[in-house]
Amino acid sequence: MEYILIFIAAVFVNNIVLSQFLGICPFLGVSKKIDTALGMSGAVAFVLTIATIVTYLVQVYVLEPFDLGYMQTISFILIIAALVQLVEIVLKKVSPALYQALGVFLPLITTNCCVLGVAIIVHQKDFDLLSSVVYAISCAVGFALALILFAGLREQLSLTRLPKAMAGTPIAFIVAGILAMAFMGFSGIC
Amino acid sequence: MNNFKVFLNGLIKENPTFVLLLGMCPTLGTTSSAINGLGMGLATTFVLICSNMVISLIKNLIPDKVRIPSFIVVIAAFVTILQMCMEAYLPALYDSLGLFIPLIVVNCIVLGRAESFAAKNGVIPSFFDGLGMGLGFSFALTLLGAVRELLGTGKIFDIALYSEDFGMLIFVLAPGAFIVLGFLIAIVGKIRGNS
Repeated sequence: MEYILIFIAAVFVNNIVLSQFLGICPFLGVSKKIDTALGMSGAVAFVLTIATIVTYLVQVYVLEPFDLGYMQTISFILIIAALVQLVEIVLKKVSPALYQALGVFLPLITTNCCVLGVAIIVHQKDFDLLSSVVYAISCAVGFALALILFAGLREQLSLTRLPKAMAGTPIAFIVAGILAMAFMGFSGIC
Repeated sequence: MNNFKVFLNGLIKENPTFVLLLGMCPTLGTTSSAINGLGMGLATTFVLICSNMVISLIKNLIPDKVRIPSFIVVIAAFVTILQMCMEAYLPALYDSLGLFIPLIVVNCIVLGRAESFAAKNGVIPSFFDGLGMGLGFSFALTLLGAVRELLGTGKIFDIALYSEDFGMLIFVLAPGAFIVLGFLIAIVGKIRGNS
């Protein structure tokens, strides 16, 4: 039950993109087509889950016993950067098809703030390992949901006639705002 | 003169928020009030200036292949310094900015300037580039924060301009951030297009 609550809270109530503002860059950058949105969501889900597990173990078994809490930011970002490279190499060898689909998005993920953000949030919330994994997966699902919904909206949006000043990014932000408003409707369900 | 041009380039012509559209996460996440926006902007400015200067000093020592990881370590070091200083001297601001302080590490502006400017230029121009970009970012965040605070609560920098009862709470919450930023980018684009 606890895990279901974490899931619903992370996907709908505190959606990582639309209410916590993490991962806005890919949210705007790769949301012009549904296909690329799907690819990006897959890559993020993959890296986010692995990165959360590894950084959790490093925090609990290395940083805390040796009283190195202040090294959190540096060590986490290095772990994420190394992990992204590793995932890229492994994926290329093991599953070329998946690599083809996710390949171009992988290098971008290092600077995606939702990966580092989730890695830090799970320690602020004092989650244990299993809750952290559930939280990471839920955040990835929330990211995918927001990204795919938004990509669908933008595909429609490209067909409409707009005043010149509003075309492109400005209208995308306003649509994102309305989408965020829709997600606010979920607040209070858990 | 040339340094002045570099400085103005970041502040106006290539404003990181309104023109380059970089660093959107802190832009949206920390601007619920003008003072938070300003605090976040100045924190990022500090990291930008320091990392730009150090990277331009050591650019010849770093092998090309490990360029990006080395840059990230330099940036992360300054973010950690900033984090500790803010926790000690500005605890209230540190609490309200929260997660977004460590996330300066992954702010695209900082890494972007390191890669595209500091890695190619000397220390003095890099300093001015960091200053210009940082102040441009601070200006944008303060403006966005001020508009949201005014529409949402009727105040700017905690000075009441009209009664809070007429404030539209939605502008302080998440959707307001997207909507106000959308309109600000449209207005800036219109002004730039005309001039």
